Amino acid sequence: MRTLLNTLYVQTQKSYLHLDNDNVRVEVEGERRGMLPLHHLDGIVVFGNVLLSPFLIQKLGRAHKPVTWLTEWGQFTARSETPVSGNVLLRVAQHACTCDPARTLAVARYIAAGKLQNQKTTLLRSAREAAEEDAPALRQAARDINAQIAVLPLAETVDEVRGIEGTAARSYFEVFSLMLRVNRDFFWLGERTRRPARDPINAVLNYVYTLLAGECASACQTVGLDPQIGFLHALRPGRQSLALDLMEELRPVVADRAVVTLINRQQLTPRDFTLHEGRTVTLTEDGRRTIIKHFQERKAEEVHHPLTGRKTPLGLIPHVQARLLAQHLRGDRPHYPPYLHR
Amino acid sequence: MDNPIPLSALQHFVFCPRQYALIHVEQTWTENAQTARGRGQHERAHGGGTEERGGVRTLRALPLVSRRHGLAGVADVVELLPDGSPRPVEYKSGRARPRLADEVQLCAQALCLEEMFGVSIPEGFIYHVASRGRRNVAFTPELRGAVLEARDGVRALLGSGELPPPAADERCRLCSLFDACEPFAPRDFPPGYDPFDTRLL
Repeated sequence: MRTLLNTLYVQTQKSYLHLDNDNVRVEVEGERRGMLPLHHLDGIVVFGNVLLSPFLIQKLGRAHKPVTWLTEWGQFTARSETPVSGNVLLRVAQHACTCDPARTLAVARYIAAGKLQNQKTTLLRSAREAAEEDAPALRQAARDINAQIAVLPLAETVDEVRGIEGTAARSYFEVFSLMLRVNRDFFWLGERTRRPARDPINAVLNYVYTLLAGECASACQTVGLDPQIGFLHALRPGRQSLALDLMEELRPVVADRAVVTLINRQQLTPRDFTLHEGRTVTLTEDGRRTIIKHFQERKAEEVHHPLTGRKTPLGLIPHVQARLLAQHLRGDRPHYPPYLHR
Repeated sequence: MDNPIPLSALQHFVFCPRQYALIHVEQTWTENAQTARGRGQHERAHGGGTEERGGVRTLRALPLVSRRHGLAGVADVVELLPDGSPRPVEYKSGRARPRLADEVQLCAQALCLEEMFGVSIPEGFIYHVASRGRRNVAFTPELRGAVLEARDGVRALLGSGELPPPAADERCRLCSLFDACEPFAPRDFPPGYDPFDTRLL
């Protein structure tokens, strides 16, 4: 049984992590800040100027626990590859599938269907909790997305699937701010802007998506899939297309929901943002810490997986989905079953 | 000689061809309490070296190979009787497995030992750590045949690279790969699961 373990995120600059028996010892400028038993961890994610001792890196590698290096602002730079790199036949099957337009289309359609279903579920849930004047617009957006789900089976190319997904995304993000109940004058969302974010919601979304993408890439790596060879996302050098594919179904459930919750509970407030000249926005270190903490708690929540029929921590869903995809690619399942959140 | 078949693979294959394929073809390995215990016991048994007691020499972690049958592996324990004749002893942490999986693994060790020592070996032992009981396994022609049959099955699966369907029977309760195998989850979409569902809930 794979159990959900913690990911250690270290974002305090000038931290030094080293091995102390079977613990990770975290020091900042020579002062001890924490000790964590290695067997509670499934990996370490470090931001920016954080040092890891060679013994720690090697010990983590042998235990199949990857280290992920992000920039101080959360941009992916590197991940350690651990000795088990999975099944070469699986990677060959994955490549063969991407060379087969019909099979690629089928996988892409199911991934998009999962994303749209979960966007719909998220909007409808917010509609039930929303103020009377906001609920109709949220329900209407859910109906618009539903209409896009209805045309998905008719899509004949992956480009058409991407078009349908884009239309649904516009309906979804148009009403995204209506899911918020506080600080609405501050938390506004223009169009989706990546780097740099042009508004506070984009700044938070980008950050949570980075964390989630890291989890999805690890899941691919653990199962032995090539994280760069995707189906819905176009192949592009340096892009983790498959990790992004796996992330699609989970964005509304894990990331978007987290952002809405944190803002509504006022755990994230305008103080957690820095507004720069020229209208770009970044998160403060405290803001990022709040997000990581919530993200970790959310991962431990158990959800019912509609296909396996089992209760699974949300944080393991990327692994379950990567494995289901691997089973499909290896001919053990006729279709890829996306995760549908209830 | 083709690449020799690992002795441990025979045990997995006889227990369940899909378990074998998951471990050796799909490279899936999940540890549960049972496998962790087994690994610990094997690490102890595989400390290597020899000891002698009552005229019987005990060899640990002895490398085995049979060129004739195309098998290779490491024996937990081999006992050398006073006349120099070897007897394989396989350590098992759990109870006896159905389908002769452990017996086949033990007999495969005997086939290697027969070739390496130039003797014939009538029997070996399976030692159950939990009950501290040792049971005698006779290497009958049927059991020897089962070893070669399993070896051919392993070779065929490795060659095809395919994953056999799940057993989905009482064996699955004992299997550490339950999660990766999903023996009882439907292969196709179950009733009520529809990614293109357009009912609004």
